[in-house]
Amino acid sequence: MSSHAATIDHHHDVTTSTGIPNKKLFMWAFLASDCMFFGALISTHLIYRLHPPPGSPSPQKIFSIELTSFSTFILLMSSLLMALAVNAIQKSHIKSTRHNLLGTIFFGLIFLGCQVYEFTHFVHEKGLTLSNSLFGSTFYTLTGTHGCHVAIGVLWLILMYIRSFKPADAEAGRPWLAVAFFHFLTFVVTIVAGMATVLGYFHARQLHEPLGQFVGQNLLAVGTSIVGLAILAFLGRSRVPVEFGEANAIDVESMGLYWHFVDIVWIVIFTAVYLLEYL
Amino acid sequence: MDTTAHAPLLAKAQPTVAKRPWLFTRPTAKTGLVSWLTTVDHKRVGLLYGFSALFFFLVGGVEALFIRIQLAVPNNTFLQHQTYNELFTMHATTMIFLAVMPLSAAFFNYIMPLQIGARDVAFPRLNGFAFWVFLAGAIILNVGWFIKSGVPDSGWFGYAPLTSNAYSNQFVGDISTDLWVMGLQVLGVSSVIGSLNFIVTIINLRAPGMTMMRLPVFTWMTLITAFLIILSFPAITIALVELMMDRHFGTNFFEVSNGGLPILWQHLFWVFGHPEVYILILPAMGIISEILPTFSRKPLFGYPIVVFSGACIGFLGFGVWSHHMFTTGMGTVSTAAFSLMTMAIAVPTGVKVFNWIGTLWNGHLQMRTPMMFALGFIWMFTVGGFSGIMHSAAPADAQQQDSYFVVAHFHYVLIGGSVFALLAGIHYWFPLVFGRKVSEFWGKLSFWVIFVGFNTTFFPMHFLGLNGMPRRTAVYDGNMGWNTPNFIATIGAFILGIGIAIYFTVMIYTYFKGVKVGRDPWDARTLEWALPNPPPEYNFAVTPSVQARDAFWFDKHDREQETPGKIQHAHTESAHGGIHMPSQSWFPILTAGGMLIGSLFLADHNYLGAICGGALTLLGAYLWALEGPGGYHVHPEAELKPTANSSGTAKH
Repeated sequence: MSSHAATIDHHHDVTTSTGIPNKKLFMWAFLASDCMFFGALISTHLIYRLHPPPGSPSPQKIFSIELTSFSTFILLMSSLLMALAVNAIQKSHIKSTRHNLLGTIFFGLIFLGCQVYEFTHFVHEKGLTLSNSLFGSTFYTLTGTHGCHVAIGVLWLILMYIRSFKPADAEAGRPWLAVAFFHFLTFVVTIVAGMATVLGYFHARQLHEPLGQFVGQNLLAVGTSIVGLAILAFLGRSRVPVEFGEANAIDVESMGLYWHFVDIVWIVIFTAVYLLEYL
Repeated sequence: MDTTAHAPLLAKAQPTVAKRPWLFTRPTAKTGLVSWLTTVDHKRVGLLYGFSALFFFLVGGVEALFIRIQLAVPNNTFLQHQTYNELFTMHATTMIFLAVMPLSAAFFNYIMPLQIGARDVAFPRLNGFAFWVFLAGAIILNVGWFIKSGVPDSGWFGYAPLTSNAYSNQFVGDISTDLWVMGLQVLGVSSVIGSLNFIVTIINLRAPGMTMMRLPVFTWMTLITAFLIILSFPAITIALVELMMDRHFGTNFFEVSNGGLPILWQHLFWVFGHPEVYILILPAMGIISEILPTFSRKPLFGYPIVVFSGACIGFLGFGVWSHHMFTTGMGTVSTAAFSLMTMAIAVPTGVKVFNWIGTLWNGHLQMRTPMMFALGFIWMFTVGGFSGIMHSAAPADAQQQDSYFVVAHFHYVLIGGSVFALLAGIHYWFPLVFGRKVSEFWGKLSFWVIFVGFNTTFFPMHFLGLNGMPRRTAVYDGNMGWNTPNFIATIGAFILGIGIAIYFTVMIYTYFKGVKVGRDPWDARTLEWALPNPPPEYNFAVTPSVQARDAFWFDKHDREQETPGKIQHAHTESAHGGIHMPSQSWFPILTAGGMLIGSLFLADHNYLGAICGGALTLLGAYLWALEGPGGYHVHPEAELKPTANSSGTAKH
């Protein structure tokens, strides 16, 4: 205790009674609570699946299992990147941490994009809405709640990524807050515009519209995404020493626990909601 | 994490902490309004919980008196039926969520960290946040008194489809049920966050030597209650989400015409609702398990058994919910299974009662006021327990369901149980918290008036129920044979009201004018009594080292000399620059304010406003994270060995 150890032991915290860091214990307890949360939602879906009212839609005719399998795979892989990010920050490799965080964010966004596509597709082409059948109610509420969890995770990842640029020099602290706010806004705008671009492009592909026509009609979205990405690339350069390192590993790790949990919940939902219909 | 774990890291971050952006300037006021709004001190948060809970306890009590006036005579026209429905809904919701739960939380906050020898809870700012979120939920639930929609009126368990748009709205745009949904949702957030904090605190912040099997029983019951809260609240959260989706977006979860099953609401609600009754009673059992040994001059009889039976109650509590639903026609197998489980859960409860009696056995009983309430608790709780076991027999329950027999039962366990214990706890810890002792005469007088009033009110209800009087009826006919017991119950309710009035008047008088007492006035057993009263901000000048169960008693009577451990702690701490204290913060109340605004707009179906409230919540949370735990060091001069540092506080 007399002097600061050169390295931090990430698996044992001497200041707590059990050696488990407080934040980690907190996150585990929270995830236990969240288990019950999803447990109740998934149960609701399964109970109503057992008691379908007359005229219920047939899930097999609605689902496109290929797309959902793809997004499931992407979400699984995002967990790998998240684990790599935790590993990197525990070794104080800031740059690698950032890259893996960005990768996790990107994969998370692909998952969310697939969900947006899936919901639009179901509503417009399969006629499944939130209110026109019990299946629609339970399906959208359950997968939508999970989507909210992923979105919160992505938000958390973005905020952590921006946090990693906080300069070590306190004098720069005040301008950094403004920059961080701008950074965050750019993220949000770019994500919205980018998702509109990509989803719009796939839609155009299905209608066999040429690329030029699509770009011409969606100039604002396409342009905003490109400019946004450029600004993000610019803001993502690191020049000054930052106040972010091994000491923050526990924060990244807690976030990782949440991310893995949300991922595992999706595996359960994928099985109970989608795969079950193909038995 | 905030209190202790970051100490080495903070030292490293010193140069950056010195100059902070104005946004992150930490409030430093120690007195006045700002100090309370920004507090992170678990004792202050405990007091905030306590005062709010007592306020709502009185509100709920007044609601109860209105109900009893209406029922005093047959065919009474004192209240309209709509008002009556609102009153019984709000009476139950207020007493459960805004009185007993937060009063237990007040004890968790104030007493539990002291009992384990901690300086604060694990996440001090989150603790303040839990309180402000609780207050937000309380405001949302009660805002109906002041608007056209009125307060919720569908009963505290809000059975579907009574809560649907079709049945609960008196006019287009009636949002009373939406307020109920959002209010409970927000209160759930508060309870879960608070409980996560307590779990981490109890598991991780125990003083050296305070092993799990040396924890005071009250702390054990806090831990079990916290686990019950985090595992049972999600069920009602989902039920409320589904109800909200039904009411706002036209989903079909409980919409019978589209295949929804109202029974699903009952299951989800009682999966939460039954653990909830143990959330209400376990802290009370913990308090009783502290008071009885102190005034019996004996250690608690069978400590491990008391702890394990508490855990057993918590565990079995998740398997008995359907005994609230015996009359719904679940089928014989599940009815039999839930009957058996309900009988089984009486066993650990009975074990506790026998342990308390074992504690009294051969003790040198001191009949002080807290002890009177504690003995009243054992007796009255046992009476309520007996009528509870009667419910476990499904055929008998089919007769008792929704009758005044049930009302009598749960008031015996909730008032005779929880409230008696909480009132005992207030008496017991009053000297510690305020440094003054309540007069024995007035304390005992309030006990006897409350005791007599309580039994006069609720004992006749057993007979009313067995004679078929249904609960939640605003009027009854004069020829049903229910007149006399109802009249007696109303008289009793007013005696009970007078008793409570005496109790609180005496408390207020004592706060200002009571006899001052020194440290440890009861010659008690647990660590919190080692502190001067009121306890200093940092709790323990030197972190205690614990060598036995009933640590303070051991220190007083059996320890031969100051252990090297304690001296070593003092040295370590002064080497680290004194006692590390968490800084106050504005962000907990700001974030909770965002939740309040967002929830009110959401209840009003104003989604733009809801999103703005949500954004404010998010902003508050992120600034909270960026602000960092902060902290400063204090050097208590009185108890530490003199060091180079002078007394006072030093900021870094």
